[in-house]
Amino acid sequence: MQQYLYLIPALPLLGFLVLSMAGKHLSRNLIAGVGAGSICASALIALLISAGFLQSPPETGAYTQVLWHWFATSNLSANISLRMDALSLVFICIITFIGALIHIYSVAFMREDRDYARFFASMNLFVCAMLTLVMADNLVLMYLGWEGVGLCSYLLIGFWYETPNNYRAANKAFVITRIGDTAMIIGLFLLFKELGTLYIPDILAKASQQFGSGSDTITLIALLLLSGGIGKSAQLPLQTWLPDAMAGPSPVSALIHAATMVTAGVYLIARMHTLFELSPIAMQVTAIIGAATLFIAGCSAMVQTDIKRILAYSTISQIGYMFLALGVGAWSAAIFHFFTHAFFKALLFLAAGAVIETLHHEHDIFKMGGLRKKMPVIFYTFTIGAAALAALPLVTAGFFSKDQILWYAWSANGGHPVLWTLALMGAFITAFYSTRLILVVFWGEMKTTPGHLPGKAMTIPLVILAFFSVAVGWIEWPHNILHVSLFSELVQQALPATTLKSGLPPEIVFQFIAVVVSLLGIYTGYVLYYGQSELLMRWKQSEGLMNVRHFLYKGWKFDQLYDMLLVRPFLFITGINKSDVSDKLYTAIANANLYLNRIFSVSQNGSLRWYVTGVLIGILFIITLQLLL
Amino acid sequence: MILIWMICILLAGGILSWIAARRSPLLAKWIALLTVTADLLITCWLFSFYQAFPDKTSWYINHQANWIPALGISFHVAMDGFSHVLLLLTFFLGILAVLCSWKEIKEKTGFYFFNLLWTLAGISGVFIAMDMILFYFCWEIMLIPMYFLIILWGDARRRYAGYKFFIFTQVGSLLMLLSILALYFVHGDQTGKYTFDYFSLLHTAMDATVAKWIMLGFLIAFAIKLPVVPFHNWLPDAHGEAPTAGSLVLAGLLLKTGAYGIIRFVLPLFPESAVAIAPVMILFGVAGIIYGALLAFSQTDLKRLIAYTSVSHMGFVLVGIFSFNNIAMQGVVMQILTHGLSTGALFVMAGMLKERLHTRDIDRMGGMWTSMPAMGGIAILFTMASAGLPVLGNFIAEFFVLLGAFANYPTFSIIATLGLILSAIYSLRMLQKVFMGQQHFTEPVKDISARELVIMAALSISIVILGLFPQPVIDTVQHLSTIHPLLHE
Repeated sequence: MQQYLYLIPALPLLGFLVLSMAGKHLSRNLIAGVGAGSICASALIALLISAGFLQSPPETGAYTQVLWHWFATSNLSANISLRMDALSLVFICIITFIGALIHIYSVAFMREDRDYARFFASMNLFVCAMLTLVMADNLVLMYLGWEGVGLCSYLLIGFWYETPNNYRAANKAFVITRIGDTAMIIGLFLLFKELGTLYIPDILAKASQQFGSGSDTITLIALLLLSGGIGKSAQLPLQTWLPDAMAGPSPVSALIHAATMVTAGVYLIARMHTLFELSPIAMQVTAIIGAATLFIAGCSAMVQTDIKRILAYSTISQIGYMFLALGVGAWSAAIFHFFTHAFFKALLFLAAGAVIETLHHEHDIFKMGGLRKKMPVIFYTFTIGAAALAALPLVTAGFFSKDQILWYAWSANGGHPVLWTLALMGAFITAFYSTRLILVVFWGEMKTTPGHLPGKAMTIPLVILAFFSVAVGWIEWPHNILHVSLFSELVQQALPATTLKSGLPPEIVFQFIAVVVSLLGIYTGYVLYYGQSELLMRWKQSEGLMNVRHFLYKGWKFDQLYDMLLVRPFLFITGINKSDVSDKLYTAIANANLYLNRIFSVSQNGSLRWYVTGVLIGILFIITLQLLL
Repeated sequence: MILIWMICILLAGGILSWIAARRSPLLAKWIALLTVTADLLITCWLFSFYQAFPDKTSWYINHQANWIPALGISFHVAMDGFSHVLLLLTFFLGILAVLCSWKEIKEKTGFYFFNLLWTLAGISGVFIAMDMILFYFCWEIMLIPMYFLIILWGDARRRYAGYKFFIFTQVGSLLMLLSILALYFVHGDQTGKYTFDYFSLLHTAMDATVAKWIMLGFLIAFAIKLPVVPFHNWLPDAHGEAPTAGSLVLAGLLLKTGAYGIIRFVLPLFPESAVAIAPVMILFGVAGIIYGALLAFSQTDLKRLIAYTSVSHMGFVLVGIFSFNNIAMQGVVMQILTHGLSTGALFVMAGMLKERLHTRDIDRMGGMWTSMPAMGGIAILFTMASAGLPVLGNFIAEFFVLLGAFANYPTFSIIATLGLILSAIYSLRMLQKVFMGQQHFTEPVKDISARELVIMAALSISIVILGLFPQPVIDTVQHLSTIHPLLHE
């Protein structure tokens, strides 16, 4: 099976090539067949290969396949070659499986769109690039996938390119992630300078010999790589692009801006875990960024009114949990949260897309309402997704993964009570806004009449995702409850196990607190948003609270800050120098010559008297000179 | 001999095409096309020489004929891998230049193709001349027909642009001529053998001060051509006003003669002085990357915008050459090739847009993707190439340059890397202004024709191949590490 590894990214690439070259000559059914079919086939192969991997793990810990030799000069060389170990296996399965479901959903969702082929071409290219990212065995190839997903994200955010808001959002996403990418590539340069290789297994092997724990160089490298992750994964302070990225079609948000691409940062850090482990500072920074992001984005999610922006902020916040887990050294917990989050967040976005579509492109949740009876399938699946997001105990996948992170935020070696407190507050906030979302959209009175209801092609993927949003949690139970840890056993083939501090209170205490807090969040949401809440009315009167609300609504005004600090100065500088100030120098030289030309040309006037006078003056001048000297 | 034939074919083709145009302009076009294609085929065939040559590191074709023996001037042409890839680029872009002039040029067709072919002849001469006087001669041959191309077939401000181009490059040429003569006499005085031959002049022992001044003459000439900020001012005007093929040849080939000159002459002839001046040149290079990018962002004239991106990209060439690192040097060669293709493609595209919309002002464009989906897709490919996206050749070039430069000059390399952010910003702005938003034009605009598709497809395929399979190029120019002692450490 191993020899078919290349097919996993190659089939989506083939789909892209067919659709982009011949898209306009194909019928809609054929486009859908190529677009969704390529991903489904790729998912099938990925599952088969994964099954083989799980049954008999390879001795080296990874399947590898060298496709061709890319370049080699001096000591720098790289191959186009694929590698699948336990970590990339998880990512490959999520990308292809959820990707396939989202493609099937899109077949119906995008049916009426003018640029059907362009949509599937971009989506296929995205899947190919994302797979390259996680299957690369060297950092240059990983960077190729890394930039590739950035391009596809740009193309798909700006898919409806005629509206200024959309292309602005696309530009913003590309440029902000580029800032992170640039830091990352500088990290690559430094890594190469120090270790002389960009082949990932070599880096991991050499790093611990080359660098002492906590040396400045390794900290710098880890922080630069982290910056790359921050940009792609929309973490503080580069998070501002993701809420705007919701301008793209909903399937795009589900696939790229929830399930896969935005978790590339998590993958990068997990992949380079040895480097991070060598630098306690970088680990701490990762954890702090994660904790701060999950709190800040969670706060913003509480007050948004656009259904997709709520989910976007929630995504930022959930990835914050993953960063927190990585930072405290809970590697498998981070990957497990990625795993569960991919299911329920993709589900939420697809369901939200169905709601938006049914309500004639209405995004404002306060103009929805009462949809419970009208669209039961969407309602139930959406609720399951929201429950998983809110970490409803024992019955949802989100609970199992988030509970682990909360526990490790205190108890793991890098853990700290402050991190735990922030994560706990985040858990409350998450439960609160999930409840708010469900109640406002599906309860109450109906404010917009639903149009045409979504068909089977859209609802079946939702049901499948809803099933997994519940079921995947059961493969990894807390140790004190049940001894099932299939997921961490798998991931720990590639990642180190989490080490705990000593002298901790029993785990059950933490679990209890976490459960109470999420239930409390749900209850608060219920009190405030079920029917008319007087408390909420009173809050709306208070100017101070409304200012806070506005501040949170605007995403803590990061956009305004960057606008003032970066965008305006940039526009100012480029604006004043539009006509290239250095040109003035050469114009001045030219003008000086013209001026001299004008002065001297006076003497050349064709009049004989002038010339004779000139000659005489010259003779007199020379004679005087002779006499004087 | 074959090398001389290649130039002669172009020169003869130019004259023939001029004569034929009196009878039929179409015939002139075909003659031009066949001439350049013949040269491209010959260059490809020459790869068998390369393959047969046991030692792939040096000159596998070397031909010397007497010219003016009394003064030590000979007709010496030679080719190594570096010249070879540059010749390939020359004839490849040459064919595209002929093709993209097919419809655009309606007046004085014969004289136009004469100038185009003679420019190409001059350029290919520059890449193979191994006698300093012959080199200088070719250097001038490529200049004058190019001047005519701008001034006769250019846009509204063509005179201004033509003069500016001519004066800037001519100032550089004269300094270079002085340096060539100085080198000739210094070498002659020492050895008693007065010669302009490149291989004899190598390893001329010189006093450091003398070497510095002679080197500066060469360096300034090449710096103006490259162009290095602050000598870049001729470029936006010339690129902006020249006809499409003119811009293509300027950006794709003429600028590269500057890079070629530095690598071929400045580094081997003045190894110590080049090392001494390296930090300054890297500073100029980094300044060019940033300054060009900032200016590109603010332009509203599409062709001027692309011209400033060239200024920015050529900064990488300078950084790569003067960081004296073998990886960076391979990156420079890749940058020379890929920038020629990607920027050439952007200029061709600007020409196509101008043919349809009769404007170069991007504020008046917008929404073109709707009526030109194919062109939009290709535009994304090449703007992304310009922004250094992997898979495309430009990434390999910039990655090599920056990675290599990082070893010796980390700070400068980091600043240069910030240019990647700026290149994303200006590329996206260009793409957005032209292709996104609402369409302003009410009359229908045609998507690309079959002839245009051939041009763009050739460029697209080449840039992707260079991005995914760069190794043949790297192997062909591997021997560049021998041109300077610091490179093969």
